[in-house]
Amino acid sequence: MLDGIMMGLTTALSFQNLAMVVAGCLLGTFIGMLPGLGPMSIIAIMIPVAIKIGDPSAALILLAGVYYGAIFGGSTSSILINAPGVAGTVASSFDGYPMARQGKAGKALTVAAVSSFAGGTVGAILLMGFAPALSSVALLFHSAEYFALMVVGLSAIAAFAGTGKVVKALMMTVIGLILATVGESALFNAPRFTMGLSDLQSGFSFITLAMALFALPEALYLVLDPARGPAGGTDGEIKDLRITKEEAKQIAPVIARQSIQGFLIGVMPGAGATIASFLGYAVERNIAKGAEQAEFGKGSIKGLAAPETANNAACTGSFVPLLTLGIPGSGTTAILLGALIALNVSPGPRLMIDNPSIFWAVIISMYVGNLVLLILNLPLIPYIAKLLMIPRNYLIPFILFFTMVGAYIGQNNATELLILVGLGVFATILRFADYPLAPLLIGFILGGMLEDNFARAVNLTDGLEFMVQRPMTLGLLVLGVVLIFLPAYRRRRAKALQKGVAQGD
Amino acid sequence: MTRTFISRRVLIAAFAGLALMGAPAHAADKVVDKIHFLIPGGAGGGWDGTARGTGEALTKSGLVGSASYENMSGGGGGKAIGFLIENAKSNHGTLMVNSTPIVIRSLVGRFPHNFRDLTMIAGTIGDYAAFVVRKDSPLKSFKDLVAAFKENPRKVAVGGGSVPGGMDHIVIAQAMQAAGEDPTKVKYIPYDAGGKAMASLLSGEISALSTGFSEAVAMAKAGEVRIIGVTSADRIDAAPDAPTLKEQGYDAEFVNWRGFFAAPGLPADEAETYRNAIAKMYDTPEWEAVRARNGWVNIHNPGDKFTSFLEKQEGVIKDLMKKLGFL
Repeated sequence: MLDGIMMGLTTALSFQNLAMVVAGCLLGTFIGMLPGLGPMSIIAIMIPVAIKIGDPSAALILLAGVYYGAIFGGSTSSILINAPGVAGTVASSFDGYPMARQGKAGKALTVAAVSSFAGGTVGAILLMGFAPALSSVALLFHSAEYFALMVVGLSAIAAFAGTGKVVKALMMTVIGLILATVGESALFNAPRFTMGLSDLQSGFSFITLAMALFALPEALYLVLDPARGPAGGTDGEIKDLRITKEEAKQIAPVIARQSIQGFLIGVMPGAGATIASFLGYAVERNIAKGAEQAEFGKGSIKGLAAPETANNAACTGSFVPLLTLGIPGSGTTAILLGALIALNVSPGPRLMIDNPSIFWAVIISMYVGNLVLLILNLPLIPYIAKLLMIPRNYLIPFILFFTMVGAYIGQNNATELLILVGLGVFATILRFADYPLAPLLIGFILGGMLEDNFARAVNLTDGLEFMVQRPMTLGLLVLGVVLIFLPAYRRRRAKALQKGVAQGD
Repeated sequence: MTRTFISRRVLIAAFAGLALMGAPAHAADKVVDKIHFLIPGGAGGGWDGTARGTGEALTKSGLVGSASYENMSGGGGGKAIGFLIENAKSNHGTLMVNSTPIVIRSLVGRFPHNFRDLTMIAGTIGDYAAFVVRKDSPLKSFKDLVAAFKENPRKVAVGGGSVPGGMDHIVIAQAMQAAGEDPTKVKYIPYDAGGKAMASLLSGEISALSTGFSEAVAMAKAGEVRIIGVTSADRIDAAPDAPTLKEQGYDAEFVNWRGFFAAPGLPADEAETYRNAIAKMYDTPEWEAVRARNGWVNIHNPGDKFTSFLEKQEGVIKDLMKKLGFL
């Protein structure tokens, strides 16, 4: 392995490849910041450039840089304007946006950058040390386990069910699950609930829904409720750019846990960054105690650090099945795989033997890339955060513009705009009625995968016995149920304690 | 929820399209001034790659002066077909790319139109289907798969990257029918992406995978799977070790074609000009570069040949889908 690392170092640190890392990261972050343009579309656009380069290591280093750069930058729009452009950064807006509204946009961006850096770097270390061994982990999960994992992911909604909102949160989740069933699923050869509209045949698109539920109501809310003041805080100052020592102490264990958990979830070909970020959020919220837990969803730095660490670690983790088995776990890695094949490299168990320099150079470039991203981003944060100081009558049209462009650009389909506005109005009404919208989006994102994996598992075992057939499925399902009911139990227990009932232990 | 139905074979196809346009080298005489390609799906998909790759070869070789591209997704491709038919008069300069699903989706009534409503230009490329198993699988040939199926069809799960009644399902049903088995008994497990189907094959969730030949070759090269049956008439050069279904005694052939259509009512001479340009494209080095890069197989069916080819495919698929209960 040492030989490999040395080989990777010499390849990755060549002038050309360093330039590739920097170029890829720069491009990735900037495009990732724009809502609507996820890593998938950027990488697809970059492919011809990569093929022109001809050298597979350089090409893959460039594309990988764009990939994690985009995930790195993707959190910016989530935090600043509540417009998650990538499913993997939805969870970052849960606490990132409230922080920005409290005038702590700079701090939120710093926390996001540091957590992303840590997640990516730990991921790269794990990838380097255990990639071949982890290839068998990637194949551990069957559809039954993925189904159970989605149930665990749904437990993230418990975070929004606090303070008398349990019914509202559950209602929103169910609406999300219902929306996920619209269109053709992978399992049935029939369009469902399309009301005869051909534009609904492929279902609702994630970006449109995210814009309609998060960014649009937020912008409209600011217009309809002028009392809320400018988005950047009343005095327009960017306060608290730095993370204090206490805060660092708070988030350090979160980052440590989530970089490993996120990485392992990323290794699973059917999971990925989105599931990793939701699970990270759910787990950290359940681990947090008392006041810290209550802060989740209202601007907790732990609540921001968890998904940001997890999604970057998962993004690195997704290279395990790609490089060691030739299996793309996500749309983005599928495009990377296609690029490699076009360059005459077949990823798989033989890659490490046949082309060790590519394998190691890519991993080494990930360390460099994460460092480059941190160095690039930290000095830029004050300027990016200043975006929010733009007067509201300019900022809101700007947000609306990006919302529209984001919804349109992925599909090139003007009907998306009508869906965006329709759902946006619906979401704004819900927002005024104080319904939490995040559970709706979580339900929508997980709903499709939940259903597909459930139906596959039923189909494979000809019944429901898959739930108890494999211990891993059962374990995950139990964990999911515990995570959903734990907060309610804790609240009851706390109440009981307040009343003076004797402590059980 | 929009799922990205991305399989490896689609992706392999996608890249040519994204290649940069070089300055046209006037190696060949210009046949058409310009072509506007209408792509019924988003950027980066299989249709997109085919249109852009063909456009690249046509312009670089000088057969066509310039090419433009328009992605129009919606309704699984139905929106673009409807657009081309409704705006036929103003779209004489437009070629729409499409493939086997147009036949399938028209049959199940997902589209109000079918290929007969359009002007048939030419089928240009294709990909055969293939069945793969894990390298350590006890199933060594398609005969073994059939034998296992005979024993207990519920124990033989065959996965694929399309919906039930979609292409990958139809191919395994067709092969099992050719083996004298009941195609409705096939336990078909659908996945929403080729990568996930492949992962489940390796993890042992399914016994065999029904997929595209180019994708199967890429997997076999990585050394994890074995191809036990190809739906071509003869063995293919790209994988000389992979046996065809035919040589194992199962008379089942299948081609997933890709080709181009024009607006209805296009004057015959204009249609002929497009066919001419495409026919000449096959001899150019520019096309060979694009084709090789994507692992496409040349299957050229111009004009009436295209129509009869599609009618024959429609017949085969229709019979099968009726048996499977989708029609």
